[in-house]
Amino acid sequence: MKNLTFSLLLLTVFSLNSFAGDGDKIPAATVKKLDGSKVNSNTFSNNGKPIIISFWATWCKPCKKELDAIAENYGEWTKETGVKLIAISIDDARSSGKVVTDVKTKGWEYEVYIDENQDFKRAMNVNNVPHTFLVDGLGKIVWSHNSYSEGDEDKLYENVKKLIKGEKLEH
Amino acid sequence: MTLSRFFKSSVTAAFLFLISLKPFKGFTQNVSDEINSIHGNFQIDAQYYNADSLIGAPKVPEKMLSNAFGNINYQKGKFSAGMRYEAYNNVMQGFDARYKGQGITNRYARYQDKLLDITIGNIYEQFGGGLILRTYYEPGLLYDNSLDGIRVISNPYKGITLKGLVGKQRSFFTVGQGIVRGVDGEVNINEILDSLAKNIKTKVIVGGSFVSKFQIDEDPHFNLPQNVGAYGGRLNVIRDGFNFFGEYVYKENDPSVANASSVEGKNYYSYRHGEAAFMSMSLAAKGISFMIQGKRVDNMSFRSDRDATLQNLLINYLPATTRQHTYLMPAYSPYATQPKGEVGGMAEMQYKFAKGTLLGGKYGMDITLNASMANGLKVIGVNDSSSYSTLYTTNYSDVGEQYYHDYFIEINRKFSKKIKGTLMYANQFYNKNIVQYGSPNAGYKNIVSNIIVVDLTYKYKPGSAIRFETQWLGRDNKDTLNLGSWASELIEWTPTSNIFVAVLDQYNYGNPVESLKLHYFLVSAGYTSGPHRISFSYGKQRAGIFCVGGVCRNVPASNGLAVSITSSF
Repeated sequence: MKNLTFSLLLLTVFSLNSFAGDGDKIPAATVKKLDGSKVNSNTFSNNGKPIIISFWATWCKPCKKELDAIAENYGEWTKETGVKLIAISIDDARSSGKVVTDVKTKGWEYEVYIDENQDFKRAMNVNNVPHTFLVDGLGKIVWSHNSYSEGDEDKLYENVKKLIKGEKLEH
Repeated sequence: MTLSRFFKSSVTAAFLFLISLKPFKGFTQNVSDEINSIHGNFQIDAQYYNADSLIGAPKVPEKMLSNAFGNINYQKGKFSAGMRYEAYNNVMQGFDARYKGQGITNRYARYQDKLLDITIGNIYEQFGGGLILRTYYEPGLLYDNSLDGIRVISNPYKGITLKGLVGKQRSFFTVGQGIVRGVDGEVNINEILDSLAKNIKTKVIVGGSFVSKFQIDEDPHFNLPQNVGAYGGRLNVIRDGFNFFGEYVYKENDPSVANASSVEGKNYYSYRHGEAAFMSMSLAAKGISFMIQGKRVDNMSFRSDRDATLQNLLINYLPATTRQHTYLMPAYSPYATQPKGEVGGMAEMQYKFAKGTLLGGKYGMDITLNASMANGLKVIGVNDSSSYSTLYTTNYSDVGEQYYHDYFIEINRKFSKKIKGTLMYANQFYNKNIVQYGSPNAGYKNIVSNIIVVDLTYKYKPGSAIRFETQWLGRDNKDTLNLGSWASELIEWTPTSNIFVAVLDQYNYGNPVESLKLHYFLVSAGYTSGPHRISFSYGKQRAGIFCVGGVCRNVPASNGLAVSITSSF
């Protein structure tokens, strides 16, 4: 019985692969704004301009390196392309109080939400942080990237520019 | 076929049927713009083990062990469903051996609209900060206490959220004995008042919960409560950079293995009530912030099975009020909340020296000062003539034995376009008997450590970098029950941003035994392409405690080749 279920499962995954994947809308989950109000993730929008969704945590060093690196040029990015970055913190009660202090001290100008019990993280199938998504002007997820190394922010921005020009994105 | 297996397979069949209905994209785009998607993720970890008696790595009869899982989530408009398959052949070293074999461990179906949100199947939920109820999943630690049952969430009026749930908790490949039931209500005062409150900058959110568990009493000696209730309230006040969150939970008497104490070789359950309080307050402005956290926990292990231990069948979450470190040496001896009793707190200040100032230099400099500590409760024994239980009281004004402290300073600075670095110093106190063995009589000495971390990144051209990390952990080198001092060196090379190669050497130079002054070499490499990542490592890993998201597990020493693949689609 178990074997049968598993083979069915595998079969489903592979048969779906042909038309699943990129190009879907942001799934629905409830996240919290820093002012405590609740927002559904399927309402994220940026007036037809691209959105970067970045999953991070206050205890995640590479996440903060990535957001710091983007922050250095974020003003230019928004000016040139109109892109907006939405930072989703997966901190739980232990450290969610630190989200606002980190964001303010670092002077990040991002739109920040807290995904306290990781409902949005699960809906977006994020294994571990940092994980970054690129959403096009129609609200469709078109690109994603797991982990952060030096220089990833440049690749991300190249893709934002390509997205606007309608060119093919690269990993 | 057992009932549960029938249920599982029928839910699976229904799920497969539903996704087979998913129309091709070309059609949907013409019809509507609603969400219609299938996504998922995979993770596979495997390790080949060599026995190594010097570092204490045991012989593994299977030679190779692996953990794997895959999630699939389907969403169409307001409907969503998903499942997870897990496989342990056999489970890797350091995890509970009851994770054995494979099967579907999670499946759910959910309907959400503006008024109602109904889920059946495995549910992840959190009431408030989680002091009373949190079901949560962390694959890295194999922590999953999901509630298999029904949940209803409703927003009857703007600003009001009501939740109700009932079910049994996941326990390895089955569910625990006890039934968990809970209700929670939360009111965002500003949203209710709407137009009136639009101009009020101070936001106030209040909430309250009631959670109860039922487990039959079959104990021949004790009269155990079959129903145990817990209730709590919380308050959140926010104004610009000011944030206050406070939560209090009271639990009725709940005798269990987790709160039992051993007197002269016999286990005595405690019939005392439990309580927990947690608060966090922060004040932040651009470039500067302060935060304080405090917590008091008394007999607050809350599980849906009174015989459960370790991480199993926990209903609630007791966050540690200490900093979770990511560097190896400061994270060597991490702290975890002691549910039997603890008073703890943390204070942190962060400051950013602005660009162009003397200390800030051209790019600015971040500095963090943090102090945290945790003590036991001052317990006052009460004579108990029945001798069936242990009784005690506590007072709020006094604290007991010290469990932990961590004082650290961390400085982050960018020196030029190419070079940036982190410098950290920490002083830690670790009561090994309590934190690691849960008993004051485990026979270890308290450990005091001094730690230095230097982390330098040199970005030699766009997308290419070399990172050096030097760490030192100074401890008592004469304490034969511990391993003494360590030094660790890391070189990590990222020739392009999607490839890394790293060499790590952890050197136990202070081991009290001369022949055990060993180097633990570990070579690792990885490749990332978008949402896919594969990494390898070969070498020795020391025994230690590994923590993610506030949950910790002991990892034994190992020597061998490990591979990890993660992917999402």
